[in-house]
Amino acid sequence: MSALTGLLRKEAYHILRDRRTLAVIVLLPVVQVVLFGFAIRTDVRDVRIIVVDPLPDATTLSLRARLAASGVFRVVTVLPGADELDGIFQRGEATEAIVFEPRFGERLAQGLPARIQLITDGTDPNSASVRQNYAMALIGAWDRERSPARGAVRIEPRTRLRFNPTAESSNLFVPGLMAFVLTIISSLMTAISLTREKESGTMEALLVSPLRPWQIIGGKVAPYLAIGLVSMTAIVVEARLVFHVPLRGSYLLLLAEGLLFILVSLALGMLISARTSSQRVAMLGALVGTMLPTLLLSGFIFPIESMPRLLRWVSYIVPARWFVTIARGIMLKGIGIVYLWEPTLILIGMAAVLLTLAVRSFDVRLE
Amino acid sequence: MTPEHVSAHGMERVIDARGLTRRFGHFTAVDGITFDVAAGEVFGFLGANGAGKTTAIRMLTGLLAPSSGHATVVGLDVATQSEAVKRRIGYMSQRFSLYEDLTIRENIRLYGGIYGLSSAEVRRRTDRIVARLELESAADEAVRALPLGWRQKLAFAVALLHEPPLVFLDEPTSGVDPITRRQFWEMIYEAARGGTSVLVTTHYMDEAEYCDRVSIMVAGRIAALGSPVELEREHGVKTIDELFVRLARPDGARAAAS
Repeated sequence: MSALTGLLRKEAYHILRDRRTLAVIVLLPVVQVVLFGFAIRTDVRDVRIIVVDPLPDATTLSLRARLAASGVFRVVTVLPGADELDGIFQRGEATEAIVFEPRFGERLAQGLPARIQLITDGTDPNSASVRQNYAMALIGAWDRERSPARGAVRIEPRTRLRFNPTAESSNLFVPGLMAFVLTIISSLMTAISLTREKESGTMEALLVSPLRPWQIIGGKVAPYLAIGLVSMTAIVVEARLVFHVPLRGSYLLLLAEGLLFILVSLALGMLISARTSSQRVAMLGALVGTMLPTLLLSGFIFPIESMPRLLRWVSYIVPARWFVTIARGIMLKGIGIVYLWEPTLILIGMAAVLLTLAVRSFDVRLE
Repeated sequence: MTPEHVSAHGMERVIDARGLTRRFGHFTAVDGITFDVAAGEVFGFLGANGAGKTTAIRMLTGLLAPSSGHATVVGLDVATQSEAVKRRIGYMSQRFSLYEDLTIRENIRLYGGIYGLSSAEVRRRTDRIVARLELESAADEAVRALPLGWRQKLAFAVALLHEPPLVFLDEPTSGVDPITRRQFWEMIYEAARGGTSVLVTTHYMDEAEYCDRVSIMVAGRIAALGSPVELEREHGVKTIDELFVRLARPDGARAAAS
């Protein structure tokens, strides 16, 4: 019976018998995908809109019909004047208003400029601008259809969103979510389970035993590596079944890159546990040191391009930033290693440096 | 065994420390200690908290490299052959060394694997331990469910699982009731009769009287060394407890003031 299999079996018992940890490991990927998928959306559906139409005529009615038929907008109410708008916005009954000027149709027919005012609740600027764009696109399309040949040559841009033609936010978050879940499982769980052994005194018994440091570390981290790969697969499958997020590139490449990212996170977890002596501190360390950067600075939710320069620089040392880039490339663009060698090399470098530091920090305690 | 591992009495030495020293920065935790432990001896390694016992044990078990001096454990140099030393010693710390969420059998199997015993051998020794401790009914229950005294006895048995010639016990009986302490010492004698040397640290001075020989560490140095009876006569005291307090007082007074 080899010492390493014994250690692995022991670690499996720990994980399987600690019901709460087990629940976290099993439910985390599943619940996160559902949560992020349904709750955190940047694509906008069901926009409650108010129409202010002082003198309805055939023209305004046709645009209103167009709004109602779009499937995106729901006309809450039609008002003759704009006076009550603020109150309605404050009560949250609507988030957008379209205001026709009086005699809108008449002016258009005479060839005079006819104005439409678009008012949007800007409390959440991101979704506000999305709502605004939807409405403007709809008005633009309506206008072009209404007067197809107004003589003059028109420039008519046709836009396409490559790799995500319908702008599904699930496509955006799933690769980031993978990074997030892998960080939790690899960094947090490893840090906690290593610190638990230090806290209880069993680590001392292992250190006095003939086990080599690499065996202790290997037996400790291998189960979490396996769990990480399974979670990654679970996320890919669930995202595909529930949100139809594609996996256009190679699954094997994705797994290999995932493995690399897990190694980086495990090393971080080990480093955190080497510096802490209680599970509570280890948990805080993992939270602040790995999970927050993954959430905030990886481009998972907030685009890196719109960060201040300083934070953009900081994001370069966040491993998740590179993994999210890679995962998006493989899943959505279907590209291979030829286009991904740069972030891959960076991750390999990070893994090499961090693993060396982690093993050394372990050695220091052995002397 | 080479001749230098044999003491003047012709007995084999399992520990032979010569001027063993460990410094942390400017602080000298262990300051040139010299002592030996003979085969089958029960050696009490006494000292107040912070006197340097734990650091000394960490050097002797191959966990910590000595700053200077020299020590052999079961004939192996602790500085250069620490891996070989670890294979041949048993160790039980004041903190619990078994996994509470594993059963008795699983714990024994884990340590059996770590020390390279075959599965058949592990099964045989498991049955022996379980029978010796009368734990047959609890063998497949999580160790967490055992009372503290039983756990410590089990941890001792596991430390002896690979039949090492020398076992280190670091405050094995702290927090254990008097009856279980007595049973624990019976186990220590049983091991010693079987030829296993025992180095034990304790804060219970009545236990010191049970040892073949004791050393008392004060501020990193060995202040007294000998059999309890010898030491009591030499220093004109009635008990080791009295001697301990007398030796440790200057240091103890400082510790209490800080």
